[in-house]
Amino acid sequence: MSTATPAPRGLRSLEILRAMMARPSGAIGLTLVAFHLVLAVLSPWIAPFDYKAMDATLTLAGPSPAHWLGTDHLGRDVLTRVMLGGREALLVTGTATPVALIWGGLLGVYLGLKGGWRDEVAMRLVDAFLALPGILPLLVLITVFGSGGEVLMPTLAFFFGIPVIRVARAAAHEVVARDFVSAARARGHRPLDIVRRELLPNVTDTLLVEGAMRWSWMLLGFSALSFLGFGVSPPKPDWGLMISDARVYMSLAPLGVIAPVVALSTLIIGINLSADALAKTLGLDRSRKAVI
Amino acid sequence: MADTTPLIDIRKLCVGFRGRSGTMLPVLHEVDLTVCRGESIGIVGESGSGKSTLALAAMGYLKHGLQKISGDVIYDGAEMFDHSPAELARLRGGQLGLIPQNSGQALTPTMRIGTQIREALHLHCALPEGEHATRARDLLAQVRLPDPEAILRRYPHELSGGQQQRIAIAMALAGEPDALLLDEPTTGLDVTTQAHILELLRDLARTRNMAMVYVSHDLGVIARVCDRVQVLYAGETVLEGPTRAVLRDPAHPYARGLLASIPRLGEQTLPRALDGRPPGPGEPRKGCAFAPRCALATQDCRAATPPMIAGGADQISRCLYPGRADEITGDQAGTQPHGCAKDSPCALDLAGLSIRYDRPGLFERLRGAPRPPATVDGIDLHLQQGETIGLVGESGSGKSTILKAIAGLLPPAAGQITLGDDTVLPPTVEGRRPDQLRRIQMIFQNPDDSLNPRQSVADILAQPLRLYFGLKDSDQRVRAVELLDTVRLGAPYLDRRPGQLSGGEKQRVAVARAFAAGPEIVLCDEITSALDVSVQAAVLDLLNDLKAAHKTAFVFVSHDLTVVRALSDRVAVLYQGRICEFGPAAAVYGAPSHPYTAVLLNAVLTPDPDHAPRLMAEDVAELSPPAQGCPFQRRCPVKCGDICDTDTPPAREAGDGHVIRCHIPLDELCARQTGEAPKS
Amino acid sequence: MLALIIRRLALGLVTVWLVSVIIFLGVEALPGDACTAILERDAHGEALAKCREVMGLNTPALSRYLDWSGGILTGDFGLSANGQERISELVGYRLRNSLLLAAGALGVGIPLAIFLGVVAGLWRDRWPDILFSTGAIFAMTIPEFVAATILILIFAIWLGWVPAIVLTPADAPPLEFFPEFILASTVLTMLMIAHIMRMVRASMIEVMAGDYVQMATLKGVPHWRVVFRHALPNALLPAINVIALTVAWLLGGVVVVEVVFNYPGLGRLLVDAISDRDLPVVQAITMIVAITYVGVNLLADILSLALNPRLRSHHMRGT
Repeated sequence: MSTATPAPRGLRSLEILRAMMARPSGAIGLTLVAFHLVLAVLSPWIAPFDYKAMDATLTLAGPSPAHWLGTDHLGRDVLTRVMLGGREALLVTGTATPVALIWGGLLGVYLGLKGGWRDEVAMRLVDAFLALPGILPLLVLITVFGSGGEVLMPTLAFFFGIPVIRVARAAAHEVVARDFVSAARARGHRPLDIVRRELLPNVTDTLLVEGAMRWSWMLLGFSALSFLGFGVSPPKPDWGLMISDARVYMSLAPLGVIAPVVALSTLIIGINLSADALAKTLGLDRSRKAVI
Repeated sequence: MADTTPLIDIRKLCVGFRGRSGTMLPVLHEVDLTVCRGESIGIVGESGSGKSTLALAAMGYLKHGLQKISGDVIYDGAEMFDHSPAELARLRGGQLGLIPQNSGQALTPTMRIGTQIREALHLHCALPEGEHATRARDLLAQVRLPDPEAILRRYPHELSGGQQQRIAIAMALAGEPDALLLDEPTTGLDVTTQAHILELLRDLARTRNMAMVYVSHDLGVIARVCDRVQVLYAGETVLEGPTRAVLRDPAHPYARGLLASIPRLGEQTLPRALDGRPPGPGEPRKGCAFAPRCALATQDCRAATPPMIAGGADQISRCLYPGRADEITGDQAGTQPHGCAKDSPCALDLAGLSIRYDRPGLFERLRGAPRPPATVDGIDLHLQQGETIGLVGESGSGKSTILKAIAGLLPPAAGQITLGDDTVLPPTVEGRRPDQLRRIQMIFQNPDDSLNPRQSVADILAQPLRLYFGLKDSDQRVRAVELLDTVRLGAPYLDRRPGQLSGGEKQRVAVARAFAAGPEIVLCDEITSALDVSVQAAVLDLLNDLKAAHKTAFVFVSHDLTVVRALSDRVAVLYQGRICEFGPAAAVYGAPSHPYTAVLLNAVLTPDPDHAPRLMAEDVAELSPPAQGCPFQRRCPVKCGDICDTDTPPAREAGDGHVIRCHIPLDELCARQTGEAPKS
Repeated sequence: MLALIIRRLALGLVTVWLVSVIIFLGVEALPGDACTAILERDAHGEALAKCREVMGLNTPALSRYLDWSGGILTGDFGLSANGQERISELVGYRLRNSLLLAAGALGVGIPLAIFLGVVAGLWRDRWPDILFSTGAIFAMTIPEFVAATILILIFAIWLGWVPAIVLTPADAPPLEFFPEFILASTVLTMLMIAHIMRMVRASMIEVMAGDYVQMATLKGVPHWRVVFRHALPNALLPAINVIALTVAWLLGGVVVVEVVFNYPGLGRLLVDAISDRDLPVVQAITMIVAITYVGVNLLADILSLALNPRLRSHHMRGT
C-alpha cells in the first residue's frame, strides 16, 4: 500500500527519467548517451577538418596542436573522423531499433494473447530464424543489395525484431494469466482493444528495457559489419571501419585504434548502464517481496 | 499443566524499517509475548498487524529490511538476537520449530521430501545416522500420512496442500522441539483438511507438552487450539487474556468489532462491518491506534497511547474503557439479507451443463480411448431475479469452473445456458452480442489481480461505460462518480491507481465496475476470500444493499460456508463437479443433509471455544471424479453399499425445493444426523 | 519424460527443416546465381547458358532443393561455386577448429560465469557484486573485434607472449593451434561470461529472497548448505536457457574473432565465401551452424527436464 500520489499520466516519462538520474549508473549512462547524440548532431559543424581531406605528408602522425589525435594512414584527421564516426551508426540503429521493437513487440503480444496454432507456427519460424548464425543473413543481404543505410536499416530492424517477439510473448503470457485480462475478455472487448488497453501498458516496461539492450547489440552488430568491410563504405567515417583500417598500424599509431574504440565503448557502456538503471527504476530486477 | 518459567519471553519488542526519507517506521511497537511449556497462545490480527513479524522475531529472524529497534527476545533464558549464527542454526529447527504459512512454497522444489526430512534429522536428531530412515517413517506416521515410503520419494509439488502442511509439521517435529511457532498453519486449506490438521496439532501439543504460538487471522482456529489469545492491531498488543474470556466477552472495542464481523453458521444475518481501515505500517499516529474507528473514542484516547490495564475476566486491554467495550455492538442485531420474492421471473437457467478440461491428443482419439469423466457434470440451476444462489464446495468442486462457463470464458462440453427472456447464450464470449454480455458481469477473487495496475480507477470504470453505453469523457466521469458513491468510496478515488488502494477498496472498485454495466446477473468468484474478515463484512454489506437497489441476481461462489449462509437465498453444495444437495439456505444448512454436506458442516470452526468440529471423513484429496456412481463414493462415511459405486444417486425431495442426491432414504439420513453419533 | 524428449526432438527437426527452406529460398530470391557470380561481367548469352547447364541450375527449384537437402542428410554438401572443391572437405577441418575454439570458451567460461554470478548475487550491492557487475557491463560493451584488437596489442605486440595471428593451416592437428587459440578463446570467453553471469546473479537474488530459502534457514540449515543445496539448483534452472542462447550467440561471434586472428575456422571460411560470392559454401555453413544451434537448444531443454522436477512430473497437483 503506497502512499504517494503518482504524477498525472503524461509525465510518467519525466518521473522515470528523474528517478534514473538519481542512480549513479543512470546518471552516467544517460549523460554518455546524451553526449554522443549531441555530438552526432553537431559534429559536422564543429569538426576541425573535412573527413575526406588527405594529407600525404602527414600520414600516421602522432598528436599535435593541429591534429589533436594525430592522423591515419591516409593523412586524415583522426579527431574529425572519430567525431563523425558515430553518425551513420546512430542514424541507422536509432531508426531500426524502434521499428524492431514495434513490430516485434506487437506481434509477440498478439501471439501471447491468442495462443493456439498461430502461436505454434510463429514460434517455429522464430526458432528457425534465430538458428541462423547472427551476422550471416545480414552479410548475405548486404552482399547482394549493397550496404547503404537504406538496406541496413530494414535488414537490421527485421532480424533484430525477431528476438523481441520472444520477449514480448513471454511478457504477454505473464500478463494474460492475470484476472483483469479475463475480466476484459468476459466483458466482450475485442482482442485488439485488449492488446492495446490491457496488455501493452503492462508490457511496455519490459519492452523498453529490452529495447535499450537491443539498441546496444545492434550498434555492436553494425560496427562488426563495418569492421568486416560490409558496413559503411569508405571514405565515410565509421568507428568499426576505422578500427579495421587502423589495426594494421597499431604498433605505429595506436591512437588511430584507441580513439574509435573509446568512442564506441563509451556509447555502448552508456546505453547498457542506462538500460540497467531503467530496469532497476521500473522494478524489473527486484524481487517482489513486501517487507512485512 | 503449564510450567511457570516462560520458555519464550519477548518484552517490549520494537521492530521497524527505514523509510525513504530515512526515518525509522515502526512495525511492532512495544509488544510482549510470554509462553510457557505446555501452553498454547494465539496471536490474532489482520493484515498489517505485524503478527507474522512477531512470530519470526521469536526465532531471532527478521525479514530483509526490518531491524530490531529495542526490546528483548528471550528463548530459554538467552537473548536470541545476541546468538551467533551457529547457535541460531542449532536452536532453529531443533528446540524451536516453525511451521510456515504456505508449505507448498516453503519446501525446496528440487529436493525430494525424504531428503528434506533427513536433512532436518541430520541437523537436530540425536539418533545415529543409520536409524534416520526409520525415524522419518515414524514422523510421517505421527502426522498421519499414509504410505510413507511413497511420499518420501516424491517432490513437494506432487503433494496436496494438506499433505504439504503435514510434511512441514513432521519436519518441525524431527527436531524434538520444545516450542513450535505456527504461522497461519491452515490458511488456504480446505475446510475438512483444516479441521484434521488442527486436531493433529492439538494432540501433539497435549502429548509433547510443547509451547505453541499460533499466528492466525481466523478466530475459529484460535478458539480450537489456544489457551490464551493476544490480539494485535497496527503493531501493538491491544488485548490479551484466556481464550474463553476474549472470545466471549472481549474487553477491547476492536476485538468486539472483529468478532461481530465474523459470519456465523447458525444465523442468517449479515455480520457487522468495521468502518475505516487500520493505519498502515509506518503511518504516523497519535494516541490509540484504533481511535479513528472507535465509537467510544474520547479526547484522552487520541492524546496518548493507552497503557495496558486490567479488563474483565483476567484480560488486559489497551483501552481506557475496557468495561464499556460491549457498547460497540450492544444490542444492534445484524442486518437481514434482502431476499427475493417467491415468484420472481427467471434470470438465468442452466440445463445439463457439463464442462471438460481434458483435451485428447491425436493418439488418444485414434486409439478410441474412453474419455475421463467430465470435470463438471449435470448442473441444473434456476436463478430468479433478485435471488442469490450460493455455490459451496472445496477445491476441485468445480464451482469456479461453472462461473467461467456462465461468463463465456470456458465453453461447456454439453448443456445450455439461457437468459431470463429465453435467449440461449452462445457458449463463448466471442459468440455473444454486447447486449447479452452486458447482462452478466463477473467479480474475481484476487483484487490485486483483477484491476489493471496501469489504469486509474476512472479508466477502469470507463471500460464498461464506453463498451456498453458508448458514453464519452465527461459523461463517463459523472457516471463513475455515481458508481463510486454507491460503493461508498466517492470522487477522491477517481484518479488513484490500484497500487494506492487497500484490498477492500480494490474489491469495491471491482464491484463498481461490475455494476457499471447495469447487469441482471453478477457472478462472484470467491470475492471475499482474499480479504480480512472485517473488510469482508463491509463488502458483503455492500452487496446486500446493491442487491436490494437493483434487484440483481447473484451467483456467489465460496469455500467458506458461513459467508455463503449469510448472503444466499438458496445454496448448492458441489463435490467433484456434481451437485450433491440444493435448496433454500436454511434447509441445506439444517438436517437432513447430504453426507458430504454433513461432513462440511461438522468441520467448520467457529470462534467458540466450546464448539468442537467433528471429523467425519478422511482427509484425502481426490484428483478427479469417479467414472460412475455417486461422486462422494470414495470418502463417504455412511456409504450404503456397492450401489453407490455404480448408480447415479436419485434426487430426493425434502420439501420446498430442497433436493438431496443420495442412495440413502431421507428419513434414515435425518435419523443419523440428528440422533445417533457418527461412526468415525 | 521420454515423451517430452521425443516431442522436443521432433520440434527440433521441424525447425532444422524450416531453416533449410529459409536458406534455400533466401538464396533463390537473391538476384543472380552461382553462374553470374563466377562469370561476373561475362555473365550473359551463351556462356551463361552453358554455365547454368553445367552447374545444373536449369532444373526446377524443388528438385534442386531436394537434391541439396538430401545431400545434407548424407553429409554431402556438394561442390563449391567454382565447381572444384567438395564442400564437405573444405568444411571438415574448419568445423573442427571452430568447435575447438568454442569448447575452450565454454569449458572455462561457463563454470567461471556461474561462480561469479553466485558470488555477485550473494554479496549483492557489496564490493564483489559491484566489481563483477561493472566488469560484466564493460565486457558486454566491448565488441569482439575491439577486445581482440586490444588483446593483440597488449599480449602479442607489446609483450610478445603469443603470436598475433594464426599461421597454422586448417588441417593441422589440434595441438598446433595451442598458443594462438588462447587469445581467441579469451575474447569469446569474456563476452560470454558477462551475459551468463548477469542472469545467474539475478536468479540467485530472486531465489535467495524466496520462501523456501527462508524456511531452510529457519530449519537450522547452515548458511552454506542453504546456498548450495537449496538455492543454487533452483537458481541455475533459468540459467540453462541463457547458456543455450549464449552458445548460439557464440557461433556468430566466432566469425569476427576468427577474422581478426586469422584463425582457420568456419567463420573465416564464411566471410571469405561471402566475399567470393560462393553461395553453395555459404548455404552449407549456415545449415551446419543452424543444426548445431538446434542441437544445443535441445540439449538445454533435456537438461532442464532432467534438473527441474516440476517439468516432468505426472502427479502435478493443482494449488
